[in-house]
Amino acid sequence: MLEVTGLSAHYGRAHILDGVALSVGAGEVVVLLGRNGAGKSTTMKAIMGLVPPSGGSLRFLGQEIAGREPFEIARLGLGYVPEERRVFSELTVLENLEVGRKPAPAGARPWTPERLFALFPSLGAMQDRPGGRMSGGEQQMLTIARTLMGNPRLLLLDEPSEGLAPVVVERMADAIRALKAEGLSILLSEQNLHFARAVSDRATIIEKGRIRWDGTMAALMAAAEVREQYLSV
Amino acid sequence: MENLVLQALSGLASASSLFLVASGLTVIFGVTRIVNFAHGSFYMLGAYLAWTFVTTLPRGHLGFWGGVLAAALLTGMIGVLVEVLILRRIYRAPELFQLLATFGVVLVVQDLALLTWGAQDLLGPRAPGLRGGTEILGLRFPDYELFLIAVGPVVLGLLLLLFHRTRWGTLVRAATQDREMVGALGVNQRWLFTSVFFLGACLAGLGGALQLPRESVNLHMDLAIITEAFVVVVVGGLGSLAGAALAALLIGELHAFGILVLPKITLVLVFLVMALVLVVRPHGLLGRAPGPPVGGANTAEPVIRPAPPALRWLGFVALAAAVALPPFFGDYALSVLTEIAIFVLFAASLHLIMGPGGMASFGHAAYFGLGAYGAALAAKWLAAPMEVGLLLAPFAVGVFGLLFGWFCVRLSGVYAAMLTLAFAQIAWSIAFQWVEVTGGDNGILGVWPDAWASSKLVFYYLTLALCLAATLLLRRIVHAPFGYALRAQRDSALRSEAIGIDAFRTRWLAFALAAVMAGIAGGLFAYAKGSVFPTFMGIPRSVDALIMVLLGGVQTLSGPIIGALAYTGLQEQLVRLTDYWRLVLGLSIIALVLFFPQGLAGAARSAWEARRGDA
Repeated sequence: MLEVTGLSAHYGRAHILDGVALSVGAGEVVVLLGRNGAGKSTTMKAIMGLVPPSGGSLRFLGQEIAGREPFEIARLGLGYVPEERRVFSELTVLENLEVGRKPAPAGARPWTPERLFALFPSLGAMQDRPGGRMSGGEQQMLTIARTLMGNPRLLLLDEPSEGLAPVVVERMADAIRALKAEGLSILLSEQNLHFARAVSDRATIIEKGRIRWDGTMAALMAAAEVREQYLSV
Repeated sequence: MENLVLQALSGLASASSLFLVASGLTVIFGVTRIVNFAHGSFYMLGAYLAWTFVTTLPRGHLGFWGGVLAAALLTGMIGVLVEVLILRRIYRAPELFQLLATFGVVLVVQDLALLTWGAQDLLGPRAPGLRGGTEILGLRFPDYELFLIAVGPVVLGLLLLLFHRTRWGTLVRAATQDREMVGALGVNQRWLFTSVFFLGACLAGLGGALQLPRESVNLHMDLAIITEAFVVVVVGGLGSLAGAALAALLIGELHAFGILVLPKITLVLVFLVMALVLVVRPHGLLGRAPGPPVGGANTAEPVIRPAPPALRWLGFVALAAAVALPPFFGDYALSVLTEIAIFVLFAASLHLIMGPGGMASFGHAAYFGLGAYGAALAAKWLAAPMEVGLLLAPFAVGVFGLLFGWFCVRLSGVYAAMLTLAFAQIAWSIAFQWVEVTGGDNGILGVWPDAWASSKLVFYYLTLALCLAATLLLRRIVHAPFGYALRAQRDSALRSEAIGIDAFRTRWLAFALAAVMAGIAGGLFAYAKGSVFPTFMGIPRSVDALIMVLLGGVQTLSGPIIGALAYTGLQEQLVRLTDYWRLVLGLSIIALVLFFPQGLAGAARSAWEARRGDA
């Protein structure tokens, strides 16, 4: 579904991504693991076109998307959920969802506010509340729900568990498993191995802008030295 | 009592008109972050187009109201044209460049209007059905004014419906907050920006068209309204529709009652209120503090380095020419050269706060003008010799620089720039309205150099020496510890404070210093011209300074010098060659913004570095 090869990106002269390669298959949940500053968020932004890639290839559903504008990439079926959430604080929950609304591809069951409130019940109870007056966990749910309103084929989830209370992280994991059950493909970035393990099929490890390891979640859990080298703090 | 009520009503009518223009301006700013100087031009075009439609269409309701609506819609289309042809290409450029581009549009529209409608004031017909008046408390009040009072709230209501009840409005409000995120959700921003520009220009056009039965249509409408609209938008809070409405009401009534109570200081009053609001509420009445810039792009400014040897040589050659050649020139050429030297210093002084300081000023002419008035007033009232006048002027200006700067450097971005504009307008209003002391519009005449410097050549050398010394001092300051501190606080106020730099004091001193330097330039200018006028500190003069700095390039030290030479030279030549110099100048500015976003010196440096392969 998504095939990234040789992806590079720069901020000014600084090399942030150096030949990143990863792939996500249909219906698969892949986690991009790495420490703070390893290049996880930049990888996500580069895929979405928010950071211009300086080299490499990004193929989504067989099309080259490198160099396209974010809105075009979004319309092809890539949904991006930013790490900072970026909820529209002056818009209500329903209005936030409206901004994300895009027609569903033919044959797919479109997301509606009602379906999303079933997935995230706490949002349903605050439909007219401005985004700025919600807790961090509620905002995280809203930002995922907002992106889902665009009926994406592949969801890019940037550190969804960051800064959330443990009980909210559990609910988030449930929601992601529910989305996977719907057949949605997901690329998520995480530092929280526990959370990643609960939802992912495969893992790709990034450090200093380079891919260091790639394999199934089970293989990663068996490879203590890999976890020690790249993930322990 | 009756009079007060009528006065309040006429204040409401002005508030309505003001709101139409300001609402468009604030909506455009909210979404595109562009401070649209050309908004006043849309207003003027609306009025002219309405005049054409209403006077050619058959008389009656359809002809009049149809003409007004058609004028608004056509103005909207012109707005779209400006957005698509110019602004769309520079959304990623720094804020001030966009401002410069819109000012280019102002110049172009002025001359196109002159070409199309001529220089004379045009009078439109009165509105059919609203020619009469209504008795209110025994006094007659024009029906058309009552109609205008109703227009404001109706438009506000429609806009609120549009923004809160339609998908388009929801997208616009979302984009006002985080337009990159809106794009990542699949919304084509281009289309959104263009439609917002259409709406904004339409509103300005409608505001202008509705003035037709009230006042004559003329070529000064654009700058007159844009200042007021800026005040309203800034007082209300940039991007806030309700704020614009509230501020329009405040300013409209202030005008109405100001004339009644304090006729002498009506102009000052508006800007005093604006300054007061910004001091108390730095983001306007209903505005919100802008969030931290999103997106991790590299925003650090390029480092200012000493000039490369080649540039030094070029500078020496230019200077040698400036010293050696003038004895062979005539009086006219000497006057032009004197002016250029003065403007080089003026631009360099603004550059100190804009480049290394990282602050924008829309009102730098205030200090230039105060310097000129300082010298002229000393000559007129104290009969001071030139030397005293030239010495006194920068000191007086320094005091004002410290005073105004203390307020201005607390704010940032557009708000700070607007406060500098407010202070400049206060200074301008005082020069314009305090006729007993300043001579008002007639200015102060007979400010001539002393006998020893009365020849054009001697005065030129005096100016050159003073301006050169001051400009070199400014360059030296940038490379001194104070200059490092100034640049450090620009790049990160927080981090510079953490290493012990007093960011506020650094900015404040830089502001005052720039004022003093502009004051020296202004004092020399007064003696060069032999007279001073309020226009010395008008908005166009401030814009001149901005253009010179931006034209040359903000992030190079030679930028303001090159910019001043290019701009003063270009303008001087154009005025001599063509009646439509504004058109050519405006088009040149637009072309420069589109093709040399780093300014002339910046572009030259890039080309130089690229050739040497060390970019």
